[in-house]
Amino acid sequence: MSVEALRDGIRNKAFTSEEIVKFYIEKIKKEDGNINSYLTICEEKALQDARIVDEKISKGEAVGKLAGVPIAIKDNICTDGIKTTCASKMLEDFIPPYDATVVKKLKAEDAIIIGKTNMDEFAMGSSTENSAFKVTKNPHDLERVPGGSSGGSAAAVGAKLAPFSLGSDTGGSIRQPAAFCGVVGLKPTYGSVSRFGLIAFGSSLDQIGPFANNVRDCALALEVIAGTDPLDNTSSNKIGSTDYLKGIEDGVKGMKIGVPKEFFGEGLDAEIKEAILTSIEKLKSLGAEIEEISLPITDAGLSAYYVISSAEASSNLARFDGIRYGYRAKEFEDVYDLMEKSRTEAFGDEVKRRIMLGTYVLSSGYYDAYYKRALKLKKKIKEEFKEVFEKYDLIISPVSPVLPFKCGEKKNNPLEMYLADIYTVNINLAGIPGISIPCGTSKNGLPIGLQILGPHFGESKILKAAFALEGALK
Amino acid sequence: MSYETIIGLEIHAELNTKTKIFCNCSTKFGSKPNENTCPICMGLPGTLPVLNEEVVHLAVKAGTALSCKINKLNKMDRKNYFYPDLPKAYQISQFDLPICGEGHVEIETADGKRTVRLNRIHIEEDAGKLVHMEYEPYSLIDYNRVGVPLIEIVSEPDMRSPQEAVTFLRNLKAILEYSGISDCRMEQGSLRCDANISLRKVGQEEYNTKVEIKNINSFRELQKALEKEEKRQKELYDYGEEFRIVQETRRWDAGKGKTVTMRTKEDANDYRYFPEPDIIPIVIKDSIIDGVKDEMPELPVQRRERFIAEYSLTEKEVDILVSDKFFSEYYEGLVLLGADAKSACNWMLTDMLRLVKQKEIEVEEIPVKKEDMASLLKMVADKKLSVTSAKSVFEDMFNTGKHPEEIVKEKGLVQISDSGAIEEIAIAVLQANPQSVADYKGGKTQAVGYLVGQVMKQSKGKANPQMAKEILESKIKDM
Repeated sequence: MSVEALRDGIRNKAFTSEEIVKFYIEKIKKEDGNINSYLTICEEKALQDARIVDEKISKGEAVGKLAGVPIAIKDNICTDGIKTTCASKMLEDFIPPYDATVVKKLKAEDAIIIGKTNMDEFAMGSSTENSAFKVTKNPHDLERVPGGSSGGSAAAVGAKLAPFSLGSDTGGSIRQPAAFCGVVGLKPTYGSVSRFGLIAFGSSLDQIGPFANNVRDCALALEVIAGTDPLDNTSSNKIGSTDYLKGIEDGVKGMKIGVPKEFFGEGLDAEIKEAILTSIEKLKSLGAEIEEISLPITDAGLSAYYVISSAEASSNLARFDGIRYGYRAKEFEDVYDLMEKSRTEAFGDEVKRRIMLGTYVLSSGYYDAYYKRALKLKKKIKEEFKEVFEKYDLIISPVSPVLPFKCGEKKNNPLEMYLADIYTVNINLAGIPGISIPCGTSKNGLPIGLQILGPHFGESKILKAAFALEGALK
Repeated sequence: MSYETIIGLEIHAELNTKTKIFCNCSTKFGSKPNENTCPICMGLPGTLPVLNEEVVHLAVKAGTALSCKINKLNKMDRKNYFYPDLPKAYQISQFDLPICGEGHVEIETADGKRTVRLNRIHIEEDAGKLVHMEYEPYSLIDYNRVGVPLIEIVSEPDMRSPQEAVTFLRNLKAILEYSGISDCRMEQGSLRCDANISLRKVGQEEYNTKVEIKNINSFRELQKALEKEEKRQKELYDYGEEFRIVQETRRWDAGKGKTVTMRTKEDANDYRYFPEPDIIPIVIKDSIIDGVKDEMPELPVQRRERFIAEYSLTEKEVDILVSDKFFSEYYEGLVLLGADAKSACNWMLTDMLRLVKQKEIEVEEIPVKKEDMASLLKMVADKKLSVTSAKSVFEDMFNTGKHPEEIVKEKGLVQISDSGAIEEIAIAVLQANPQSVADYKGGKTQAVGYLVGQVMKQSKGKANPQMAKEILESKIKDM
């Protein structure tokens, strides 16, 4: 059932929020042992919150846009009184005393938080295998990965263990797992959703966004979480209307859509290519004008992305020093030894790899060659996309060059793992919004995702096209 | 060999804001440990900094008061290093695009007025404080000071002696205080100063290796630390040991009265500065710059001119009075309370400053209330107290904080202005000193001075000397 249907059913007293929450919790208990999408289940609190919403409804009081509907939250988004671990041993017992702004907004619309989902440690990875606690499986094939880093949030929605969820996307961490798990996932424009309470990975790239089983639910979730936040200085005041459902059925007739040839080159899986081309034909038949375009600079995006995100991460993760909270080594000589041992013992390999890379590119003598150059590239990429969007409404591309791969297949080959992000990272560098929607399945029954990109604050346009395509592909 | 001393200062001043630079915690000094903290200044994961606009305002004000160029577009950067007093493990500061560029401060030197150039002013957050437990194997951390807004003012190496450095710091402090930018309480750490010092041969163009001195907590320590370091370097140059002068940071040990090596260039941190991604670039509107100009209160240079015009004081006198906001306000307070402008100035510059120096305190710590000082001056003006007695009363006031009336009463010092009483003493003095009387009559009128002295002696300093003189002279004429 969709989020909208659940909400309407609860509002109309067809069923209670408590019943729905119970249903999902039972299902999680029964099925999540195979999938491992959740790290924490908030059974008692969720049921209690559900009863409060039910009571409001029975009293005839006004309720929010997400009244009584359960939602799963990626474990790098702070939840007051609920463990928020970033899937790291470092924060294994960390309970924040505050809610992220998005969580506050969800609560204000009466959504029920049922649990926190698994992820790659500190959102670093593309398979959710970098979690310190468990490996999440792809609900379509339990031997395969769900993508990452928001693999838990994508798999929970894909396995119907939550009607919708929140993830975060720094270089593709919403769109790629959405594609792998056959769900809809949206990365909003940088600055349109508050980052307050999102445990930072790459601050200039991070953005929170929703996962759902259909485009409308994604639009509804985005409507609730988007908006200017005085607690986040990078949140924009140019967001515009957040009523993304309004006009979502307008269709793509007359829209000019660009297809960048660079995104269809070597390394793209043939089945994925075929599915995307089929979808493009569908859009044409719906009245969209499709043209091939070129985004030559995007080839350089992957290296710029790894330089910038790792540099910021090396600084963002420096606060985890064992002094005030988080993991502290048992034995140490002095305060620097305490910091060194705590960090050595509590961070996983991938996190350490990125901290080292980030520290290196920022160090004196290397800054200009790496970080400064990467920033210049970022600016150029942003300009290149801006130029395209002066002529085109949207861009369409694959999300991932490969189908969901097997667990362990790329774990020991970081470079190959990084290449999985090749179609997604540029979008974060440009700060533009992108949605990943299912557009078919492979011969083996694995989901294939398609990416629709729009200009800054072009979420409405993206959602319109995604909704039209979703309907055409049914 | 004759050397020239080259000094540059880096000054940190806490800004006078109610709340911290990135959150709403109080900046109050002296609260209970960790009372003024929140998830944001504690850098808890997920929290984000939001720049306090008042900080930008005050920094622009500082720049304006110090004749700096204001950089309308500037940005925050991260300075990365691990230390337990720094909860995010980076300090949000400004690196290559500070809020203010070049400026200057005038100083008075032995050879007249000179300009000390400022290189820049930037804004940044303060760190916490470690409390090392003397008898326990651990240290405690107080994070109240974390996130208190600071400006760092960097001077060019334009000072040529420790005395000039002290004068520069005094003048800078006065400007920051007058304009309400900072409290500048060195003893509370709201004004801190690091000094860079090197020596070169007179006539030499290029600078030699400089040494940075940290942990200077008062003007006196600044002077002492620089003098000691100057001496140390001079000795090394004199004896061909200059290779021992290396680029390093030395800590001033006030107790031992010397500087000791803290860290050398080799183990200096690589701070890995990069633009702070959580704070968008700062754009300063013209309206802020204009507003700051409009609201700028009287600065030392203007007060100086006004004091010269209004109170007929000399330039030298006024320079000292206005060099400290508290001191100049104390002076004007005395005048407002009815004291004579000239004598109030004399008292403050001689008797008061002598005791300040003797007791090694700052002028802000002068224990005499200006109301009490005004009463003392009034007693002198009304001839109820001789100047000699007044000086001893003042010392008592300074030492005990008591009211002047109280001390005068206790010591029985009320001046005798009763002509009858003075006459009695005068007659006795004249009888006992016939030679002086004869001298006076013979034309040596200065002989009356001796006789007045005798009257004062007999009256234990209580007689009004002016009256004594008049009475003596008329008595002699009658003789």
